[in-house]
Amino acid sequence: MDHLLHSTQLAQLAFPEAVPAVTMAHYLFVSAAMFVMGLVGFLTRKNMIVMFLCTELMFQGAGLALIAFGRHHLGADGQTFVIFVLCVAAAEAAMALALVVLLFRHKETLSAQAWKELNG
Amino acid sequence: MINTTFLTSTLAMLQDGHAVDTHAPAVTHAATQIAEVGTGPKWILLIIGLPFLTSILCGIYAMIGNKTKLPAWTVVAGSGIAFLTTLAMYMSFDGTPYTVHAFDWIQVHFSSEGGDKSMIANFSFYIDTLTIYWMLFVTGLATLIALYASEYMSHDLGTSYCRFFGAFGLFVFSMACLVMGDNLLMLYLGWEGVGLCSYLLIGYFYKKPEAVAAAKKAFIVNRIGDLGLALGVYLTFVHFGSLEYAVLFNDPTLLGYIESAKTGDFSAIPRMAQWIPLLFMVGAFGKSAQFPLYVWLPDAMEGPTPVSALIHAATMVTAGVYLIARTYPMFLTSEYALPIVAWVGTITALLSATIAMAQFDIKRIMAYSTVSQLGYMFAGLGVLTPTGGVYHVLTHAFFKALLFLCCGAVMHGFAGQLDLRKLSGLRSVKGWGIVTLGMFIGCINLAGVPFTAGFFSKDTIIAEAFVTPGASMIGWILLFTAGLTAYYTFRVFFRVFTGPVEYHAGEEHHGDDGHDFHPHAPGWAVNSVLLTLTVCSIAASGLYFVGGNKDTHTKHYAQTMVMASTANYESPYSKHAIHAAHDSHDPNAGAGPRGTIDHELSMPIIGGDPHKVMYYVSAVFGVVGILLAALLQGPKGWQGLFIGGRTNAAECRMDPIARMCGPIPKMAENKWYVDEIYHMILVTPLRIISHIFHWIDKLLVDGLVNIFGFLPRLLAWILKPSQSGVLQGYAVSMAGGVTILLLVVFVIILQGGVA
Repeated sequence: MDHLLHSTQLAQLAFPEAVPAVTMAHYLFVSAAMFVMGLVGFLTRKNMIVMFLCTELMFQGAGLALIAFGRHHLGADGQTFVIFVLCVAAAEAAMALALVVLLFRHKETLSAQAWKELNG
Repeated sequence: MINTTFLTSTLAMLQDGHAVDTHAPAVTHAATQIAEVGTGPKWILLIIGLPFLTSILCGIYAMIGNKTKLPAWTVVAGSGIAFLTTLAMYMSFDGTPYTVHAFDWIQVHFSSEGGDKSMIANFSFYIDTLTIYWMLFVTGLATLIALYASEYMSHDLGTSYCRFFGAFGLFVFSMACLVMGDNLLMLYLGWEGVGLCSYLLIGYFYKKPEAVAAAKKAFIVNRIGDLGLALGVYLTFVHFGSLEYAVLFNDPTLLGYIESAKTGDFSAIPRMAQWIPLLFMVGAFGKSAQFPLYVWLPDAMEGPTPVSALIHAATMVTAGVYLIARTYPMFLTSEYALPIVAWVGTITALLSATIAMAQFDIKRIMAYSTVSQLGYMFAGLGVLTPTGGVYHVLTHAFFKALLFLCCGAVMHGFAGQLDLRKLSGLRSVKGWGIVTLGMFIGCINLAGVPFTAGFFSKDTIIAEAFVTPGASMIGWILLFTAGLTAYYTFRVFFRVFTGPVEYHAGEEHHGDDGHDFHPHAPGWAVNSVLLTLTVCSIAASGLYFVGGNKDTHTKHYAQTMVMASTANYESPYSKHAIHAAHDSHDPNAGAGPRGTIDHELSMPIIGGDPHKVMYYVSAVFGVVGILLAALLQGPKGWQGLFIGGRTNAAECRMDPIARMCGPIPKMAENKWYVDEIYHMILVTPLRIISHIFHWIDKLLVDGLVNIFGFLPRLLAWILKPSQSGVLQGYAVSMAGGVTILLLVVFVIILQGGVA
């Protein structure tokens, strides 16, 4: 661990202009961007598969943030956590797609608006 | 039949030297009585068990769909054997009270401030002379009336017949519990039992609204009295710590109270103890139909006539007299109890006699006459002659049962006709001879014609009222009422049984038209019962001359029986000592030094001893009443003896006089509007209050509950539109919420975080 820290700082010290510092903020920015894209996609699209993909995008955005924080604190927790999340997400994806197929069979459409009658 | 047995057994008892009470003064007797109260033979339980068994059998008959007279014969046999057992119990009685234990019922042991206590109320029976006296006529009359009812109720064969006799058997059982129980709780059990049977039997014709209303009225009015009795029983236990007669009436505390009451010092007796008789009194007034609780009894005539005769004339309504006679020592401990009993009895006697004078329904006249005669009994108890009261119970039981059964025979034969304006001259109708004879004997007893049983028993009461200091007003009112009694009694007899033959069928006649109506004369069962009761009523007067006991200074049978029981108050003390006690709190009676008032000198009436003069005075009142009835209501030129002027059933010489009296006869016919007054001052306010409570319950209590139920629904109604069903909508609100939360956190951090 100490060695890794050392080499990164070394590289930055050696090439201050050539290698712009990839800081925590960068990772978080990418993560946030992914999350917001996913969120906006989820809110604006009607196709259930696309909406589902958007949720996946939000997932991965959050996962990226977790990894970045884990790297920042130099622990393995974040990465471990994300591995688990990926596993669960894979299982959930299978379920969700099956659900979408079922819903499609009912209404012959993928639009989420078709299920509007489930109101209060 | 019953009375001849009475006589022979009494004589046999006297010859054998089995005097009812011992020579020993009763105080020492009382002190040792707990040890003396032995246990009796178990076969006495037959008196209780058989009626109960017959009741259950009748239920079984109803279940298997019996359509014969079997229930009647079962009850007749059960009551008959119970009567024979009572007779055997009487024969084998040697003067010492004893108890018979059936089974343990209530035995609670607990510790309190005064040490360990126990409440014992077993299912066991206390046999003394008063019990025997009562049970003899209860079971005897029950047997006779069940026999009568076997014919009377025969139009109802089937389930109703079984129901009638089931309740009948249950009544005899309850009455036996009431009279024979050895503690106040057993008495209360029987008290409620007879009330229930009375309710069931008044409401026997349950499809008739009047019958249902009458049953309810009887039950509810009785509840008021029962509350008093229940509180009295409770107070008795709290104060004396026991409910068993054998312990209670030998309680040193109670004996001490009576001692101080004798000297006129009531301040030594705690208020609580003085309340007990007052509460018992309320119970007695309810069950025995005394003012102001008498209103249920006339309405109870909606029940079948045998029921009226047995329950509402002869036995159940005398339970109040029994209660007071049984707990007489307690009544002596209260300053006010006995005077109130006397006055209430007197007022009831007068009031209901005036009502009876103006009624037209012969069964109702008999009902009011029962109320009136019960008033005499209470007056007798109140003026310190439990003997007179109890003797009148017996004589009244016979002649009033007889009168009712005669009225029932008329009602049965004339298709429910009870209006004396529509019946006349039944004496001359073929087949009604025995009914006429029975009615005549009953009437002369009730009217107090000299040498009848009713004459002697009523005289005992009236004479004692004149002897008791301060009670002579009661005596005069009772005398006057005796005249009224003679009048209304013979008004019925002269109008219904003498004069021109004329009758109209009652409502129950369903012939083609009213003209070919033929009354059907009573059959053998009714006639034999009427004859038996006629003989009993005559024989009851003989009891006035036999059965005295020199040792205990009793003059006749009833006195002997009463004085050997707990109703005795005299023998332990000097004669008429209690009179002196009354004297002390009665400012009107100041004659003689305290405690030495002599019989002969106490209250002379028309210059002589009331006990002797009263025979003539009351005979005059009775005969004047009968003559008035003959004059005003009698038929025209009846056998040249009377100068009455009635030529048809509907009108008589009384009518013009009644018209001259203005509204008074009408008011008496409407029972002085007592029912209406009760309705106005009790029922209507209660109904209004119950309506108010109904609305309070509906608006306030239910409203509060409903508001709590309504709040979540209101909340849901407000939030409902947010559940649009659009997936994106939910997502927006969720994202927006998260955003707002983040913003809040952000602002807090900007301001320096949470301290």
